Amino acid sequence: MSNVVDGDLTVAEGPGVPRLKGRGTPWRERFFEFSLLASLAVGVIFLGGLLTYVAVEGWPRLDSRLWTNFPDLINPANAGAQSAITGTIWVIGFTALYCLPTGVLTAIYLEEYANPNRWWNRAIEINIQNLAAVPSIVYGILGLGIISRGLGFGQTVLTASLTLSLLVLPVVIIAAREAIRAVPQSIRQASLALGATQWQTIWRQVLPAAVPGMATGSILALSRAIGEAAPLLLLGGLTFITFNPTGVHSQFTVLPIQIFNWISQSRAEFTALASAAIVILLVILLAMNSLAIWLRNHYSRRW
Amino acid sequence: MRSSGSGRRAAAGSPGFLRRSQPRYGEKAIKVLLVAASLVSLLTTAGIVIALIPPAVEFFGKVDFGEFITGTDWSPLFKPPHFGVLPLVTATLLVTLIALLVAVPLGLGAAVYLSEYADPRVRKFFKPVLEVLAGIPTVVYGFFALKAITPLLQNIWPTGDGPQVFNALSAGFVMGIMIIPTIASLAEDAMSAVPRALRDGAFALGSSRMQVSTRVVFPAALSGIVAAIVLGISRALGETMIVAIAAGGRPNLTFNPLEGMQTMTAFIAAAGIGDLPTGSTGYQTIFAVGSLLFAMTLVMNLVSIRLVRKYREVYE
Repeated sequence: MSNVVDGDLTVAEGPGVPRLKGRGTPWRERFFEFSLLASLAVGVIFLGGLLTYVAVEGWPRLDSRLWTNFPDLINPANAGAQSAITGTIWVIGFTALYCLPTGVLTAIYLEEYANPNRWWNRAIEINIQNLAAVPSIVYGILGLGIISRGLGFGQTVLTASLTLSLLVLPVVIIAAREAIRAVPQSIRQASLALGATQWQTIWRQVLPAAVPGMATGSILALSRAIGEAAPLLLLGGLTFITFNPTGVHSQFTVLPIQIFNWISQSRAEFTALASAAIVILLVILLAMNSLAIWLRNHYSRRW
Repeated sequence: MRSSGSGRRAAAGSPGFLRRSQPRYGEKAIKVLLVAASLVSLLTTAGIVIALIPPAVEFFGKVDFGEFITGTDWSPLFKPPHFGVLPLVTATLLVTLIALLVAVPLGLGAAVYLSEYADPRVRKFFKPVLEVLAGIPTVVYGFFALKAITPLLQNIWPTGDGPQVFNALSAGFVMGIMIIPTIASLAEDAMSAVPRALRDGAFALGSSRMQVSTRVVFPAALSGIVAAIVLGISRALGETMIVAIAAGGRPNLTFNPLEGMQTMTAFIAAAGIGDLPTGSTGYQTIFAVGSLLFAMTLVMNLVSIRLVRKYREVYE
């Protein structure tokens, strides 16, 4: 029978053993495996095509003008994205400041303190799972209705980073929970048995072991925030900004929004400009992703 | 100081005959802080509802709900304005359908390959590719759809009338590629959770790998696979930048994927860019359409969460 499983029917087809002929013919098996592989290949080809396209289109415009000059809609040769790059740094910096502590503390509560049989803890969990799949534009509406106009924070770095931190909070929480869960129960029991309090156990045993996993998840969450454009469209990110932010109450623009702005311009120079800015954005994201993967592989412990 | 109820941590509590020297206020304060952090996520949901409902209610004070839900003309900023949301809804559904036609077969194919066929070396190559695909900003996908895929389609289109500059087809296709990682990774999780014994049993009965994949693993993981697809639908409904860039900004009641059309998300983005004054009907349309979008994705998300729970209960 092993011949049939391997898809090698030369023996089975021999004149002596007609009974062993397999039900699934080998070409069907091969075709199935080939089409599975092909469905992965579509993704690979698409990714290759996309990267090649933006690199080729953006190459002529990929120079220092991009990060030393400010947006210019009259003369594309002078245009740059400095205000968008500094804006991204400001917005993402504050996003990290708001969402990472909140996310990690929530994860500690859910993993170490919450009793999963209580309905309110289950409600928190389902709520987080749902928030992770709420469309980003809805977070934009939340930012517009509540943070920008309701609280009166206006179209500022502060509004943008608060909105983005709520957007990526579920990602941070889910990643941090997985990192905490990966620390074996026996470590906690040993610590508690030696007389440590619950928080001493968490602070000195669980958290140090979970830091690499949390760092990986946090970097991936922030890289999602860096690429996010839709909610910021509602928060004034598309305003024509030719200055760097000077504080949390400054107006802002960010790299993905600047790219969107250039895509909407019809002149070909702006397409090249958009491609060049996309190259920069993708390089930043790839660097962050690589760092995350390196952290995961380098520091992850097998218990 | 018994930790809240959970039996496995009973060791933390002190036996009755040992008296604690001092009450640990620090431990209590920390717990309060942790609970407060957890409330942020609940407040986010509350905030979304509070942001959406009052302006939407005001909107329906001025606009008949029946006209909104059945009207075929959407021109809220014109004079006289029309508030029929159907063109936005059909555009959203059409783009979502195209995206699913791409993402479901490719995503499930990828999941079956990674879970049932791939050896570790092949996995090591494909997994990061999927992760990178998932990490590309949607504005970049939109750019690629508008500047590369649409011209490509126009060039290879066999008959005279090819796709317009803005069209649902290339937006939907690129969105489908974007959703592949979502569907593939969730479906693969579900298939990996199917116990090895089921596969071994089928192999022992003489099944081929294809038979094991399609007739044993796939049905056993079905609830997880459906959850993956439903989550993919939710992502497609809510995706904004790809459609705002590549599908155009003109409301258009049609099922022809070669034409440009405005989806619900693209409308919200366009109206949001306009910086409309608070309280104006134009401003309130953002929230009316937003409520509809939020309700649609909420249903999808809850179905998906429910289904994932189901397969976890069975196999884990």
